[in-house]
Amino acid sequence: MKRFFGNLNFSVGFALSAVVIIAAGISLIWTPFDANKMSAVERLQGPSWSHPLGTDQYGRDTLSRVMTGAVNSIIVGLVTVAIGLSIGIVMGLAASYYGRFVDEAVMRFSDLLFGFPAVLTAILITSTLGPSMINAMLAIGIFYIPVFARLTRAVAITVYEREFITAARAGGVSELGIMWRHVLPNILSPLLIQGTIQFAVAILAEAGLSYLGLGTQPPAASWGRMLNEAQTFMSRAPWMAVFPGLAIAWAVLGINLLGDGLRDTLDPKMVRAR
Amino acid sequence: MRLKSGLKNSHCICRPAETICVRPAGFLKMTRYLIKKLNAFALLLFLVSISVFSVLFVLPGDPAQIMLGINATPETLANLRRELGLDQPFWTQYLTWMANLLTGKGSRSLNYDMPVYDLILSCMAVTGPMALMAMIFAVIISLPLGIYAARHQNRPADVTVMFFTQLGLATPEFWLGILLILLLSVNLGWFAAGGFPGWRADFWGSLKALLLPAFALGVIRASILTRLTRSSMLEVLREDYVRTAWAKGLRERTVIYVHALRNALIPVLTIMGLQLGQLLAGAIIIENVYYLPGLGRLVFNAIGQRDLPVVRDVVLFMAVAVVVVNFIVDLTYATVDPRIRLE
Repeated sequence: MKRFFGNLNFSVGFALSAVVIIAAGISLIWTPFDANKMSAVERLQGPSWSHPLGTDQYGRDTLSRVMTGAVNSIIVGLVTVAIGLSIGIVMGLAASYYGRFVDEAVMRFSDLLFGFPAVLTAILITSTLGPSMINAMLAIGIFYIPVFARLTRAVAITVYEREFITAARAGGVSELGIMWRHVLPNILSPLLIQGTIQFAVAILAEAGLSYLGLGTQPPAASWGRMLNEAQTFMSRAPWMAVFPGLAIAWAVLGINLLGDGLRDTLDPKMVRAR
Repeated sequence: MRLKSGLKNSHCICRPAETICVRPAGFLKMTRYLIKKLNAFALLLFLVSISVFSVLFVLPGDPAQIMLGINATPETLANLRRELGLDQPFWTQYLTWMANLLTGKGSRSLNYDMPVYDLILSCMAVTGPMALMAMIFAVIISLPLGIYAARHQNRPADVTVMFFTQLGLATPEFWLGILLILLLSVNLGWFAAGGFPGWRADFWGSLKALLLPAFALGVIRASILTRLTRSSMLEVLREDYVRTAWAKGLRERTVIYVHALRNALIPVLTIMGLQLGQLLAGAIIIENVYYLPGLGRLVFNAIGQRDLPVVRDVVLFMAVAVVVVNFIVDLTYATVDPRIRLE
């Protein structure tokens, strides 16, 4: 642990991310106001003691909604990375182990997905399946599959060439056992680093989809949706456009720094190269 | 008989009679690489087109129903479906679509009742210049900053630049767009908050309308390019030939800009190409923020209105744009860096 916290990027990233996670955790049991409770008399109020981040066009407390929106963002990050990781690892390991046709198929599948404009396809998927947070996560997660598949393949190929794999084979360990006990633990570091990066990208992507009205649906709070609503009232209530965006930037900055810190600590070669 | 090999130029200058020209090894490798890439490119284009068609084939919403409205009788619907070829099997429809595209006939929008080609062209007049302007902003910001940061590695200037690039990476471009509207349009009144007057109606007004969205897109991309330029410069500055240049007593400016920068720019150029492809296809959100009649907004509205011919052609156009740009980047990279075609 000392090794991680000795790294400035990791420490700052950890602190920023911790604020988001704590805010999200607290919002599950308490928020200053009910995040969805409307109040006609408190419409478009500026930041004050009772509403530190102001209120929106329905009189809802922005702080409460930003806190609730953090839960959404964390869920989106976790689920999309889980989709990409679970399928990507299987595909990458299969490509590295079987090679030839399987490898070629996995690589061409990745090329195909990379060839599609990600935002556009995500919009297409969410429009087809219906706008919702679950469909948004699915649309983002699909694009993570080739990212993790390629990474797994690239790292696993080098691991398969190592001597301890030959030793394990000579010792009679099954191929599945080698994959599970020897290859997988040795490729976890780069996957963890990539996972943090994709987590941050997912938050940005979901915010974009929600801004377009294709992600989290009202009345549930979502940072992207809040920004969309803010644009209409920008001249009367500029704070509405500031705080949700700040929350997105804060969360993404924290996770990016955390990822950088992890890379610095877990992948010493990168530090030497930088 | 005289053999002529190791020509400086890749093309062969054949002379009559006794001279036999041997093409340099680099030329053959490049040709082989080109053929291999072209095959992969053609396959990818086919897969992209079939994927686009398949996804939209299963998309809910009957174009005939949309055209005729909900009061149409089943007979009229059936007639129109037959006329549009919607009653044909998947492969017939796909081949007809492809044939129409390749012969320049194209599809027709259900909502605008005009050729999709024309719609794409008119929207590209907004998206294209905006993407180019965004790339210009990105390059103007990133190259000097990246070089400066590399020359002052681990000093306060470098740390400050890196901090701002981290901020740039974390900022959603549409939020930056909204903030720019808030500051420069709502508060200062320097720019319009959105819309596009059209190049013919008001050239300078149109250019001004694209400035803010292009800046928002460019700044975010500049963050990536700055970091890349910095790390690439640092790597090149550690090379032996740069050390030799220093040892020769060359001026810092010459070492940095003449010797180091040229090689350091190779990966940066690659990413720039990829970013340009993404910008052509992925400026949907920023076009919505600024109400710009670009390609992204066209397809976004078409998806909502179930205008399938528009969605299909635009999505294919965007995907092809990305694939073509990636292909050009691959080729440029192989031309500049011979190690790529050797692999």
